[in-house]
Amino acid sequence: MAVLVIADHDGSTVRDTTNKTVTAALGLSSDVDVLVVGQGAQAAADAASKIAGVRKVLLAESAGLGHGLAEAVEATVVPLAAGYDAILTPASTDGKNFAPRIAAKLDVAPISDIVEVVSADTFVRPIYAGNALETIQSADAKKVITVRPTAFAAAAEGGSASVESVAGADAPKTTFVSEEMVKSDRPELGAAKIIVSGGRALGSADEFHAVMEPLADKLGAAIGASRAAVDAGYAPNDYQVGQTGKVVAPALYIAIGISGAIQHLAGMKDSKTIVAINKDPDAPIFQVADYGLVGDYKTVVPELMTALG
Amino acid sequence: MKVLVPVKRVIDYNVKARVKADQSGVDLANVKMSMNPFDEIAVEEAVRLKEGKEHHAAGTATEIVVVSIGVTQAQETIRTALAMGADRGLLIQSDTDLEPLAVAKLLKAVVEEEKPDLILMGKQSIDGDNNAVGQMLAALLDWPQATFAGKLVIDAGKATVTREVDGGLQTLSADLPAVVTVDLRLNTPRYASLPNIMKAKKKEIAVKAVADYGVDVADRLKVLKVTEPPKRSAGVKVADAAELVSKLKSAGAL
Repeated sequence: MAVLVIADHDGSTVRDTTNKTVTAALGLSSDVDVLVVGQGAQAAADAASKIAGVRKVLLAESAGLGHGLAEAVEATVVPLAAGYDAILTPASTDGKNFAPRIAAKLDVAPISDIVEVVSADTFVRPIYAGNALETIQSADAKKVITVRPTAFAAAAEGGSASVESVAGADAPKTTFVSEEMVKSDRPELGAAKIIVSGGRALGSADEFHAVMEPLADKLGAAIGASRAAVDAGYAPNDYQVGQTGKVVAPALYIAIGISGAIQHLAGMKDSKTIVAINKDPDAPIFQVADYGLVGDYKTVVPELMTALG
Repeated sequence: MKVLVPVKRVIDYNVKARVKADQSGVDLANVKMSMNPFDEIAVEEAVRLKEGKEHHAAGTATEIVVVSIGVTQAQETIRTALAMGADRGLLIQSDTDLEPLAVAKLLKAVVEEEKPDLILMGKQSIDGDNNAVGQMLAALLDWPQATFAGKLVIDAGKATVTREVDGGLQTLSADLPAVVTVDLRLNTPRYASLPNIMKAKKKEIAVKAVADYGVDVADRLKVLKVTEPPKRSAGVKVADAAELVSKLKSAGAL
């Protein structure tokens, strides 16, 4: 069998999530090809060709693919599907957007957000905000799967696959208008080794930035936020960790002023070490924290900065 | 413009799901059920399109049809949407929990009957967490899709949608008819007032059976087991920041 991985990339490099999806794909088959869809994405295709274990890289380009429009990705991938038994992509917002569309066109059941490959037709995925894990066996001849990147190790570099061009389709009924990306010099939330995350207790956007940024800088950490903090306007939407935001699993997750609602825990409870700083000793976050410190962030965070030296 | 809003009856979002001892699924007996939170946002946006709230012109939506696929009690979910301001409901009765592909096929059949100009629906249900039905429905209809909508503007036969994507926001414009799936920050759903709850009791809910639609709803995925996620071992409380840092350092976390 052969597997196609649709890469997550920024035009010049492939994201770590692609390497992790390749690892998942290699659990199904040793014949793994990577498809890079985009516009002016030759450099990303070259980068994908260096992932160890990749057989070949396909590069499809069009204006619609440059903006990741689901219609264009679907119309590009469906004709390629005949040559593959499974199509995998990271469960990023892009992957979640186009994968089910491809599945419907192929008349197969999509399998969302897998955390384990049991065999070529059996997978494990979280349901109910991560409160249960379901093991499912697919009866479809072809599988369309999104992969939770934090559940897989990244495939190493060192490959030398060939790159070939394939036809790229467009999106006749959808027009790209604009995009507004959050600029940050910090590590990306999904790939960060350390995350400091703030909640509603921080009280205002100014306070959120004043408290979280120096701490993040000191630790080389990414900044996350609870839904409450995002809804209150303290942090951008893109910072949200949880069932409806990003799912992260860093080596160290420091939750500051976050109570630990089910929906938040769904996004971070697979972190290796969890630290909770909260003045409410009964906050649910302490039930999952490896180290809990009961106290007001206003005094604890400055002390923490001092202790870190 | 006619708007179709699919809604799902799910476990209430505040309830922690418990896995059954025999690993056959999640125990839903005697558990509080509610409308999927994302679907409430979709209903709210449809009602705002009708009322002309926020940036919408009054009368942008002329009729709001709510559809649910599920058990008899899903009528309560539809009734909630009617109390929020939807016009009429349709229940496609099914005693089994259908997979997203089957749901998308049934909804396609409903779309062919109802001929809506816009489908507004939640981006995912909080039970299956699939995030798939809207995209699949768009594909089956060959309609454009705009998922994870944080803002919706309807103008000149197009839905212009600002989407919440990794890294920020993306705005795209889709020709109507289109499928728009909504994200959390699109709006804050209203509570139905008592008079509106009373009025909703008079609104029509048509009840049909899955078999009435003649579509293939066979399961493609077999659930082998449902298990509890691994439990984290109990942590420790530390006295102060200095102790925290020294513990993290000795554990190799820093």
